[in-house]
Amino acid sequence: MLDDFFIRALLAGIGLALTTGPLGCFVIWRRMAYFGDTMAHSALLGVALSLLLHMNLTLSVFAVAAVVSLALLLLQKRGTLSTDALLGILSHATLATGLVIVSFMTWVRIDLVGFLFGDILAVTEADVSLVWGGGILVLLAIVYLWRPLIASTVNPELAAAEGLEPERARLAFMLLMAVVIAIAMKIVGILLITSLLIIPAATARRFSASPEIMAVIASLLGAVAVAGGLFGSLRFDTPSGPSIVVAALAIFLASLLPFGRRDHGAIANAHSGGDSR
Amino acid sequence: MLQTNAPDRSTLVSLSAAGLYRKGRWLVRGVDFSISRGEIVTLIGPNGSGKSTTAKMAIGVTRPDEGEVRRVAGLKVGYVPQKLSIDWTMPLTVDRLMTLTAPLRGREIDAALEATGIRHLARAEVQHLSGGEFQRALLARAIARKPDLLVLDEPVQGVDFAGEIALYDLIKTIRNSTGCGILLISHDLHVVMAETDTVICLNGHVCCRGTPEAVSRSPEYLRLFGARAGQTLAIYSHHHDHTHLADGRVLHADGSVTDHCHPDDGHHHDDGLPVGRAGPMRIVHTHGPDCGCGSDHSNPAAAGGDNAAEKRDA
Repeated sequence: MLDDFFIRALLAGIGLALTTGPLGCFVIWRRMAYFGDTMAHSALLGVALSLLLHMNLTLSVFAVAAVVSLALLLLQKRGTLSTDALLGILSHATLATGLVIVSFMTWVRIDLVGFLFGDILAVTEADVSLVWGGGILVLLAIVYLWRPLIASTVNPELAAAEGLEPERARLAFMLLMAVVIAIAMKIVGILLITSLLIIPAATARRFSASPEIMAVIASLLGAVAVAGGLFGSLRFDTPSGPSIVVAALAIFLASLLPFGRRDHGAIANAHSGGDSR
Repeated sequence: MLQTNAPDRSTLVSLSAAGLYRKGRWLVRGVDFSISRGEIVTLIGPNGSGKSTTAKMAIGVTRPDEGEVRRVAGLKVGYVPQKLSIDWTMPLTVDRLMTLTAPLRGREIDAALEATGIRHLARAEVQHLSGGEFQRALLARAIARKPDLLVLDEPVQGVDFAGEIALYDLIKTIRNSTGCGILLISHDLHVVMAETDTVICLNGHVCCRGTPEAVSRSPEYLRLFGARAGQTLAIYSHHHDHTHLADGRVLHADGSVTDHCHPDDGHHHDDGLPVGRAGPMRIVHTHGPDCGCGSDHSNPAAAGGDNAAEKRDA
């Protein structure tokens, strides 16, 4: 029943979900969901350029996503247009430019749907090792930068005053996003990458008492969603990328049901434990 | 108060002619002052006068566009920003907030929470705290790391009057026990912490500077604030030598009118009367009627007459 391609898909998907968990928490905390979308959409321009210039696909997607995020930083500093307008421009401009370039190259046939929605069942062993290798590097970088990232998310000026260089953390965060988008594209596709970042993290919020716990829970929930989505797609013969997102959504909806309410319990404890004054 | 000023204190931060230019205008310009170990400097001024901007330049959050800011190497800053909102999407307890920028030992956290009176809230989520409790949590965080320089941007906002006195007492205790320098931004134009060594009034530039006079010397304020407040709060009398007119020009004490302030305007280096210590208790304030500083101005017609004379008397 479980063929090799399915095992590979499972491994790649779970590896990706473990990486997107903590990164997705930052996307939520920093309110950068639309920013993540913009970087993901620019991946199609990366695909087009890689075909045009015969470059490595992953590298080319990473480079374009990184350039787009840096361009956004520069445009934000000039402060002429609001951030959401800039994001709207960059997001669709890069997607459309990518599509136009691809259409000019009549000599190549590309599986556009595969890029837009992912083709996790077609991942090779090389893809699996790329996901795990890249994922481990991203996770190590997040662990190393954890304190400056958290502090500058709470308040960049506070982080700067106390010597944590928020600009460096922000730049590192954007590059990590570009890496994850480059390795995630084949698995869930350009249009669905941000859902794997946001939905597990949003689900984890209710069950978390600290940022660290939220990051871990988001990773685990993402892995569960990947497994559930893949088995579902096998069982019901549905497209695998969207099935993973639907599984993540199902977990999110289930988490909204009123059970446990641990957050209220924590507050009650805090107020009853008045030992001083 | 001044006797506690030991002469051999080392300077932690000094600003000389520092200014910040943003979006076509100078937010502040020509700011000169320094903070030494064990010294308390209070910045006051109307909204938008550049108090927070000046504090941010002092601690290196923003770089000045002119002038110079010098900090001793390895200066450890504890900062309480004026505005800080923590998104509800981030789960953060008071305990976790303490180690936001650096790791701390458990008893250091406990001591800081104990000192600010919120130890019972250690496990509460910061989003559930009241304004006053959150302010105490931020102060606890800043002092827990034992900084060389404590920068408090309106630390008593949202705290009731009794709490304000308690927090000022705490700040005094911190200064006395750790010997750190403190840069305090006050939301009040006239009432400052009694332990303040230097009060600097900003309005885009240094309008005036001096030392506060104890509330306890003024029977009116003693009646208003009570004897306990008298040990903690002090009055700062303004001694400006110029007035910002409605059209942006500046009326100087000698009657001349210029388009801008001169860089050395308002710098009273305690010539003549010792500023703010021997003068009358009433508050002399000579901004223009629309300066937005919240002070009660006499009617504009009288501004050039009685008021000006009164000012010169002071």
